[in-house]
Amino acid sequence: MQVRIANVRKEFDRFPALHDVSLDINSGELIALLGPSGSGKTTLLRLIAGLEMPTAGKVFFGDIDASEKTVQERNIGFVFQHYALFRHMTILENVSFGLSVRPRATRPPAGEIRRRALELLDLVQLSGLEKRYPNQLSGGQRQRVALARALAIEPGVLLLDEPFGALDAQVRRELRKWLREMHDRTGHTTVFVTHDQEEALELADRLCVMSQGKIEQVGSPDTVYDQPTSPFVFGFIGESSELPVTVENGELWSGGRAIGVPAPDSKTGEARLFFRPHDVELVEHDASLAGVVTSSRRVGGTRRVELEIGGEGHKVEIDLPFDHPAGEKTRLAFRPKRWRLF
Amino acid sequence: MATKIRHLHRHHTSPVSESRTVQVIAIFLCLLFMALFLILPLWSVFIEAFAKGVGAYFSALANKDAQSAIRLTLLVAAVAVPLNVVFGVCASWAIAKFEFKGKALLITLIDLPFSVSPIISGMVYVLLFGAGSFLGPWLKSYGIEVLFALPGIILATIFVTFPFVARELIPLMQDQGTGDEEAALSLGANGWQTFWRVTVPNIRWGLLYGVLLCNARAMGEFGAVAVVSGRIRGQTTTIPLQVEILYNEYNGAAAFALASLLAMLALLTLVLKSFLEWRFGDELAATGRH
Repeated sequence: MQVRIANVRKEFDRFPALHDVSLDINSGELIALLGPSGSGKTTLLRLIAGLEMPTAGKVFFGDIDASEKTVQERNIGFVFQHYALFRHMTILENVSFGLSVRPRATRPPAGEIRRRALELLDLVQLSGLEKRYPNQLSGGQRQRVALARALAIEPGVLLLDEPFGALDAQVRRELRKWLREMHDRTGHTTVFVTHDQEEALELADRLCVMSQGKIEQVGSPDTVYDQPTSPFVFGFIGESSELPVTVENGELWSGGRAIGVPAPDSKTGEARLFFRPHDVELVEHDASLAGVVTSSRRVGGTRRVELEIGGEGHKVEIDLPFDHPAGEKTRLAFRPKRWRLF
Repeated sequence: MATKIRHLHRHHTSPVSESRTVQVIAIFLCLLFMALFLILPLWSVFIEAFAKGVGAYFSALANKDAQSAIRLTLLVAAVAVPLNVVFGVCASWAIAKFEFKGKALLITLIDLPFSVSPIISGMVYVLLFGAGSFLGPWLKSYGIEVLFALPGIILATIFVTFPFVARELIPLMQDQGTGDEEAALSLGANGWQTFWRVTVPNIRWGLLYGVLLCNARAMGEFGAVAVVSGRIRGQTTTIPLQVEILYNEYNGAAAFALASLLAMLALLTLVLKSFLEWRFGDELAATGRH
C-alpha cells in the first residue's frame, strides 16, 4: 500500500517534534527513517501507525485519509524495539492474538487461526517453539516472533521501530539480511526506524534522513551516500572530514595556496569542503593539501591518521594503507578525489 | 601449616563479610528478638485460647455474638476489598499509563491513610455522618443509618485499606510501561480486550499480593472501626472489637479463641505472601529481561 504523509506537524506540550514533514512511501518498498535520537523519526513512525495523532497535516493510506482513523482501523503491523511480546502467552498465542481478538463476524475459526500462526512461525524459522514462552527465547528469536505476530493480521504497512536496537552486533547483522529476504518474499510496504546508518544503507531501498524534526534528504542509499545535499547528511552518513576553504578562479584554496582541486562550477568565496577519509589520493609534488600527522590508529584494514592542516589548527582525517610508514609528525600531502562544498 | 590453612581460608571469604563469631552473635540476637517479640506472643494466643480445653474453644467460637462478629467481619471484607481492588486498579492505571495534571497530588493522597492515625480516620466519619453534621440527619430522614451501623464500618475500613492495592500496582505498572498495550491495539484489539487479555494478566500476581494485604488489614482493623461502630453486641462488633469486649469482661479464653482466628489469618497471609513473593519476584525479574 502507498503511504503519503502530507505537511505533518507534531507538538508535544508545545514542543515541536516534527515540523511540516511530507514524504511519499511507494507501495512495496523498504524505506528507512534514519537520524540521530531526537530527530523525530520514531514520532513520524508512530504517526503513520496511529499511535500518535498529528497536530496538523494528514496521513494517507492509498487514496484514503487515515488521519482520523484509530490504530486498530489502520491495519498496520508494528514491531517494537523491545518486542512487547505478551509474556503470559505462548509464542503461538502471541502470533494468534491479532486474529483471535477480531469480532466474531470477521474472525477465522480457531483451527484456521492456529494453522495461519504455525505457517507464520515457519516463515520466521521458529517452527517447534510454539509452546514456549517469550522469556525462554533469545532476543533475536523474540524479535522474529514479534514480526510474525505483526504479519498475522495481514497488515497494509509494516512499521518497525529500531527493530534490531536491543540486539548484539552479530545477531543484528544476521537479522538484517533475514529481514531483507523476508521483505523480498512478502513484498509488504515497510518503514523502519534506525539510528544506524550502516543498517539503513545495507537494508533499505530508500533512505529518509531526518534531523531536528525535519527531513534532510530522501533518496536511494547510493544517492544519499554519494550526493549528500547538506553538511548534516554528509556527516551523518558515513565518515567525513571537513575543512574551510576559499573558491577563487575556479579552484579551491586553503591557507593562501591552491590545493590542486579544480571547482569550475562553484561560487567564488568562502566555503566548507567535505570529503570522505577513504576518498583521497596521496600526492608527491603537485599542489595539494599538506598537513602534519597528529595521531594515527588502525581501523580494520586501513590506518586512519589525523592531520593538522595549516597553522590554524584545522584537523582532518584520511585513510592510508595499514602498512604506510607515516608516524607522528610525518608531513603528508593529499588531494580529495571526491568532495562536496557547502 | 596452620597459618597456610588460615591464609587459604581468608582468601576465600569475601572482604565485606564479618568473622564467624560476629555472624553467629548477630543471627542469634536477631532470632532471640523475634522469638521474644513475635513468636512468643503469637504462641501465647493459642495457649490461652486452648487454656480451658478444645471443647471450650469451639463453644466460644459457636457463641451467638462470636458468630455474628465473624459474619460481620467477612461481610465488611467482602465489600471493602473488591471496592479497593477496583479503585486501586483504576488509580494505578491512570498514574502509570497517562500524564495528567495533579498526578503527584493523587499519589500523595493515596498514601494518606497510611500516615493518618486510625482513630482520626474513624473520627472523620463521625464528623461527616454524626448527629451534629449535615449529612447524618439528612440520610437518617430517608432511613439510612451510617454511623454505628454497617455502612459506617465499611466506609472506615475502605478508608484504612485504601492504599494497599494501588501501592502494589503503581510501581509494577510503571515498570511495565505501555508497550504491551500499544502492541495489542496495533493488532486490532479494542480497549476492553486489551485490558482483560494483556493488562490484567501482566499485573495478576501483584494484584493478588495487594488483595491479600488489603484483606488482612480489612479483617484486622481495630481503631477506625472502633470509633464508628458503636459496639452494639451481636450487631456492629467485628472480630477485633469482640475480642476486646470479651477481654474486658475477663473472659480470656473466649477472647483468645476469637483472637486465634485473626492470628491464623495472619499466618495464612504470611504463607501466601511468601509464596507470591517467590512467584511474583520471578515475574518481575522476567519483565526486566525482555
